[in-house]
Amino acid sequence: MSTIPVTDATFKAAVLDSPVPVLVDFWAPWCGPCRAVAPILEELSGTYAGRLSIAKLNTDENPQVTAAYGITSIPTINIYVGGELVKQIVGARPKPALVTEIDALLS
Amino acid sequence: MDPAPTEGPSVTQNVRDLLIIGSGPAGYTAAVYAARAGLAPVVVAGAVTAGGALMNTTEVENFPGFVDGIMGPDLMENMRKQSERFGAEIVFDDVVQASLDGPIKTVVTGNGQTYTARAVILATGSAYRQLGLPEEKSMSGHGVSWCATCDGFFFRGQDVVVVGGGDSAVEEATFLTRFAASVTLVHRRDELRASKIMADRAAADPKIRFAWNSQVVAIHGTDRVTGVRLRDTVSGDERDLPATGVFVAIGHVPRNELLVGQIDLDDEGYVLVGAEGARGTGTNLDGVFACGDLVDHTYRQASTTAGTGCAAALDAQHHLAALPDTRVSVGAASLAETLKETL
Repeated sequence: MSTIPVTDATFKAAVLDSPVPVLVDFWAPWCGPCRAVAPILEELSGTYAGRLSIAKLNTDENPQVTAAYGITSIPTINIYVGGELVKQIVGARPKPALVTEIDALLS
Repeated sequence: MDPAPTEGPSVTQNVRDLLIIGSGPAGYTAAVYAARAGLAPVVVAGAVTAGGALMNTTEVENFPGFVDGIMGPDLMENMRKQSERFGAEIVFDDVVQASLDGPIKTVVTGNGQTYTARAVILATGSAYRQLGLPEEKSMSGHGVSWCATCDGFFFRGQDVVVVGGGDSAVEEATFLTRFAASVTLVHRRDELRASKIMADRAAADPKIRFAWNSQVVAIHGTDRVTGVRLRDTVSGDERDLPATGVFVAIGHVPRNELLVGQIDLDDEGYVLVGAEGARGTGTNLDGVFACGDLVDHTYRQASTTAGTGCAAALDAQHHLAALPDTRVSVGAASLAETLKETL
């Protein structure tokens, strides 16, 4: 598994209408801490395959979704279950911290 | 998909010569020197903080050797590669536990890996100082930020506030003028602490305003920041200033959380170096050295931390060369030489 790029155009179908929970990483190419989180999310996309989709949204290219969720810091990680935003994590976190948050939601 | 280099709990049995904790200019410079000296250092670089504070900066114009400047993240990637070229091993994980007393130092990382070494260089740097307001944390990511280069983009055409008066505050303010309609620099004194070139640049910028003798005492807003309450540090009067972004740049605090209680710190929490009988970067613990922003109240520049990182590596090298087991092998070799000459 790997992470799925989503856009303003695909966000509803890929995230809000997804049958499984979706973690969305709001990022941009110029963001240093985003670079640090990227490989962790790639890895977690394998760990949680089938239980949680992991998506990435480039905030430079997708201003509508970015504004709709009031993103003002990146990386921000939003987790959606059944189309609802259920968890927001602002700022880069180490893998064990992300795993703890995700496991708490999926259990 | 990237494989996880440090997956699963395990214990690394072999005792290494040198562990370096931290990966800013201090940690990586120490790694370059130690690796070139054949010490094969392990650098615990941080899970998401690798590269240190310069990862959140844009152009670095004052690091010697880069005529046209260099982007902070690029500079740090270069330093990492340079250390790896000579055999440093970089571990992208956080130290969660450190036991630095005694001849063998032990460090445990977030993924459960244990590393042991005969010497440790501490280069964990500093973290952003917080205002200490309750809204600061709850509004983080909703208008409160510590990183203009990360978040400035989201404040296009808006009015924002930068709190602080030093170089980093002025740099943040100047950077934010690329996006914001206006930037108000809130400073508790009546003049900037920043270097003259940066202060002049800010003063000449039509988008930058100044709120002198002012302190932020509250941040307004529920879902998003709508403004700040300022208190005049001279008269005590309070006033509201509308803003959708608050960038906090009031300095740094040393990242000493692993060290409290086991190593000598000064009143502000910086690691004390130059202990009696130790070389320049030596701490009160034998075989433990410290460098970079973790020890530096004053200069806090990429160049100065690189310099103390270099010194720490040389001091660690000196320490290791003098350890008994090294002496034994040297002694055995010279004994063999003597015997050969005698025979």
